Amino acid sequence: MSEVRQKLLVLHLHTPDLNSSVVAWAMYDGTGEKRHTTGDSETPPYNSVLEAMRDGWRVIQFPQQFPAYPGMEYHTSYLRFEYILEKLEEI
Amino acid sequence: MLDKKYLLTTEQMANFVADGYLRFDNLIPDELNKAAHAEMEAGVSVRGGGGTVLNDVWADDSAVGKVFGMPEVQGIVQSLVGEDPLYDHHAVHIVRPQNEVGQIWHADAIIDLRMHFDIQFFYFSHDTPREMGGTMILPGSHYRRVCETDIARYQNFLGQLPVVCEAGTLFVVHHGMWHCAQPNLTDETRYMFKLRLNPTVRQCKLWNTDDIDSAPIHGILGRNHRWYGNDVRLEIVNRIKQWRFLIGDDSFDVGYWLSRLENMPENIEAAA
Repeated sequence: MSEVRQKLLVLHLHTPDLNSSVVAWAMYDGTGEKRHTTGDSETPPYNSVLEAMRDGWRVIQFPQQFPAYPGMEYHTSYLRFEYILEKLEEI
Repeated sequence: MLDKKYLLTTEQMANFVADGYLRFDNLIPDELNKAAHAEMEAGVSVRGGGGTVLNDVWADDSAVGKVFGMPEVQGIVQSLVGEDPLYDHHAVHIVRPQNEVGQIWHADAIIDLRMHFDIQFFYFSHDTPREMGGTMILPGSHYRRVCETDIARYQNFLGQLPVVCEAGTLFVVHHGMWHCAQPNLTDETRYMFKLRLNPTVRQCKLWNTDDIDSAPIHGILGRNHRWYGNDVRLEIVNRIKQWRFLIGDDSFDVGYWLSRLENMPENIEAAA
């Protein structure tokens, strides 16, 4: 009987729109086939979340949106529009 | 007194504010690179700890000390943190041969709320081709408020910049710059010397301001970095605030970004 393992794809978008372009990305491979690391690619694997969905990736987390805390309206820190997607693959 | 030809220009300072770094390729002569490399292999020793006046930390025969004593390097230091900065710390960063895993993204400190800023030098004493790394930086990340390795889940960004350079190249970065060491796929050990400095004077027009009326400051401070996405306008606000601090003028603006937000008239108009 085959077993499945999870692959995660993290896409950060220009805006919350799932059609908008990818500005940052990361992959984590639970099959053990590949170890992704910082700086390992110059172009994103997909141009948008929707394009990844069309290739079989399932969105498992949406970024929540909150109004800025008072006094922090102009501060920047983490990338805000982070979508997490998964694929299950047989090993 | 240092000749002002060694100081940074206004245009370079604006680039530092927009990008968080400046690069100086082949700045250090080869003979000094070889001596500094040997010193890094043997271990660089300094006198005193964090908070020591920079010029007091180097032994007379230190090759690394001679690098940072070069007038070209002193000019960078003086322009950004003044004439007599404090030594904060140094590190000889080593990546062993055939190391296939990149370091996680990080900034070098906890959340730092200051408008005043420290600088960090990244000195590459030997040729550093892409297969050797080197350090990866993320231009424009320096005003992001994060605590050290909070950003470790990220891997790649549009516009990330691997430092690929020839021997003798020096980078100077704002203390908030996101960075990570890259894999070294060669058979040689990679070295990078990092030095952090603190200012001891108010960071206001310390550079050569001869071009302050002609430099394309507004265009530079309005520059986008592709990974910003929808945050680019917030980053421009960060830069305007930093530039106001650097030139001592709270009315400076890029376009109409902050002027609009600061327009809160209180005068009462009499009804007709």
